[in-house]
Amino acid sequence: MKKPGSLRDIARKQGQPLAQVTPADQVPLPPPFDRIDEEPPIRPLSDAARAKYAVLDDTIAVNIERPKTGEEERAMVDAFLSGLEKLFTVEDNWTFLQPLEMSMEHCARCQTCSEACHIFEESGSNELYRPTYRSEILRRIYFKYVKKASPLVHGDIDLNWETVARLIELSYRCNLCRRCAQTCPIGVDNALLSREIRKIASQEMGIAPRELHKDGSVLQLAVGSSTGMTPLVVKDNIEFIDEDTAERTGISVKTPWDVVGADILLIHNAGEIMSWPENPGAFATVFEAAGLSWTMSSEIAAYDAINYGVWYDDVQFARVAVHHAAAARKLGVKKIVIGECGHAHKALTVIADRVLTGDLNIPRESGIVLLRDIVRSGKIAFDKSRNDFPVTLHDPCNMVRLMGIVAPQREIIDSVVPKGRFREMAPHGVDNYCCGGGSGFAIMSGHNFADWRHHLTGRRKFRQILEVFQDEPMTRDHPKYVCAPCSNCKGQIRDIITYYDAWEKAGIFYGGLVELMVNAMVDAKPGFIDWEWH
Amino acid sequence: MTILTYLVAYCGTAILIVAVAIRILMWSRMPMHVRWELYPVAHEGAKASYGGSYLEESEWWTKPRHFSLWGELSAMVPEILFLVALKEHNPKLWSRSFPFHFGLYLVAGCTILMAVAGVLGAWLPGVMAGPVGTVIRALIPVIGHAGLVLGLVGAAGLLQRRRQRPLRDYSAPMDTVNLVFFVAAFSLALVTAVTVDRRFAAVSELVSNLVTFNVAPLSGAGAQVVMPSASAILLAMLAAYIPLTHMSHFVGKYFAYHAIRWADEPNLRGGKQEKVIEDLLNQPVSWSAPHIRGDGTKTWLDVATEDPER
Repeated sequence: MKKPGSLRDIARKQGQPLAQVTPADQVPLPPPFDRIDEEPPIRPLSDAARAKYAVLDDTIAVNIERPKTGEEERAMVDAFLSGLEKLFTVEDNWTFLQPLEMSMEHCARCQTCSEACHIFEESGSNELYRPTYRSEILRRIYFKYVKKASPLVHGDIDLNWETVARLIELSYRCNLCRRCAQTCPIGVDNALLSREIRKIASQEMGIAPRELHKDGSVLQLAVGSSTGMTPLVVKDNIEFIDEDTAERTGISVKTPWDVVGADILLIHNAGEIMSWPENPGAFATVFEAAGLSWTMSSEIAAYDAINYGVWYDDVQFARVAVHHAAAARKLGVKKIVIGECGHAHKALTVIADRVLTGDLNIPRESGIVLLRDIVRSGKIAFDKSRNDFPVTLHDPCNMVRLMGIVAPQREIIDSVVPKGRFREMAPHGVDNYCCGGGSGFAIMSGHNFADWRHHLTGRRKFRQILEVFQDEPMTRDHPKYVCAPCSNCKGQIRDIITYYDAWEKAGIFYGGLVELMVNAMVDAKPGFIDWEWH
Repeated sequence: MTILTYLVAYCGTAILIVAVAIRILMWSRMPMHVRWELYPVAHEGAKASYGGSYLEESEWWTKPRHFSLWGELSAMVPEILFLVALKEHNPKLWSRSFPFHFGLYLVAGCTILMAVAGVLGAWLPGVMAGPVGTVIRALIPVIGHAGLVLGLVGAAGLLQRRRQRPLRDYSAPMDTVNLVFFVAAFSLALVTAVTVDRRFAAVSELVSNLVTFNVAPLSGAGAQVVMPSASAILLAMLAAYIPLTHMSHFVGKYFAYHAIRWADEPNLRGGKQEKVIEDLLNQPVSWSAPHIRGDGTKTWLDVATEDPER
């Protein structure tokens, strides 16, 4: 295993990777994937990529081109320092100033957080991925080069373009799950510092992963969705989904669009519409069966709940949140309900709470909570025996650790899954592990980033999934269901199941929560969950 | 020596109080930030046991919020006294950090007891002559010795741990100096307490003189005066030094929990937060990236409602 010898290596060994992890460095997975020699390899980064972009480890997330001249190198350092300075002003960063100052001032460097990090742990404890590695470098740069404090007090670090570029790359080796922050005895938040580094890169230097910015929030604000769906296309797709769902369930549904005065504006992650159409279909089926007054909106950005700004850019975040709220204001709904998407939950409900004021301050509610209320209301009859297969639940970090929505999803499962078929992962709830796709990783796969993601960020969740089903036959003809009520988590879990061929080899399947409800609806035809790999 | 002792003790106490007050003011006057809570949130009452929140309730904005002070206290008090988070997540470090912190609490408690005894002795001598005084005088050396032993053992343990990897790799030279300072101050105080001031009579006399502003020489001679005075000087310097460093986390931690981790107060329409938020949205933005082009005159409200890349 290659790993950095010290913090100061960040400025040294120019053009060389500071860390490389191979499957041999990792703890084997549980059966039937316990043979390290049978693990798919992490494909190496191409020579062309190494030559063109800044190199941190054996993958690339951001694509920071190597400066061609000394002047460009200095400009990169200056821009970073300029952004770093702005982070500590009320004007430019009131949004996170206090949490930032707290995490910069009070770290005792005790390393208590390290073992909480699934990436550090699954890397074989590679120093580069220790949560404090990037935080301490940021801290030292700030105190030495912005505050001009003595390195004897805050530690020394060299600053060159490579330090800057690698630190930005390193901020994209963190899922922002904040499990480390949860364990800090003082309250220091390394995930927050990762995000603040991302903000300097995006808001000051114009540097961000293409998937998050150009193909993400920019596209969403321009055409309506990061999937590229325009209002016309999304309506067409939903119409098709309604028809398909009706065919599968025998229950006719028609998703209402732009209904002025409806009680509820439902916003899905548009990824569901594209990749998991059964999810919006199931929502429509349940909402109609419960007799709710609801609508979807065809306004720009309002039919896609995603808000990638939550991962890298406060301004892009605010723009998308305002679009969501403005659509709800236009329709005059009583509340916005967010579908099965964790980061959209946190973005619009919690973070945007101190951005939206006046007539944009429209109440937001979790779709999971509404589904729980529908179950409680007794308006829909469920036959639990239709879900007679092993089920486990993945807790999306944004929804659980960062919002405290823990019990409703369990109450739903308890109502639609037979006793004894559901089992909890260890740990779960607010102590859960990230799926590995958090902070945008689920949609990032440039170069060999997907390999790196599966081996490092997604491995702990895959390990948990395998562990929780160890008492079941691990074969294809004994299907097991991983319930992931979050679009990004679902994408990551789909990817890692595919990577290890775990559906064919172990019968591990995945899906959302509302699908389990429709699968158990007495009024629906059996077999909504079709166990067909998509 | 007498003047120097009193001067350093008064200055040290003053710096401690002023520096802590400044820290408290700094943290409490920081602008409102966006919500960034982390669950469990202790004041959620029964829901806190599994990390749940009011967001689990449908139409939560129409319902009264339950705030459990008992929940906060039952999380905070064990955390402050016994460092339960560290015990759970880093037991090796806890075995050093707990005695260190608890020793500090006991030394602080002992100092407060000596101050109380001094005040009572000056203004209510009858109380100090009675059973209350007897109890206080008996407690002072017990708490003092225990505090110094625990503090020294903890500080030495933390110093040893700080010199090992990985902590060493992430530490600045001053992190080591800080712990050496603690070891030196506690060692001298302990040696003093064990050799020349077993009943804490000399240091009690000094504290009593301090709180009654009686700048008088200590009773006795030689080591009986020099060692308690030197200990007091070193401890006073340490007390003044702590809040000037990142060791002031005892102040920051309160805000880390109450202003960030547990700060789940929702912004209800027409509520008290909206005006503050509207003011913040009018702050000028100077971020330079092409999709923002903050020029220092555009506000957050402006940039949130425009898109220069469209």
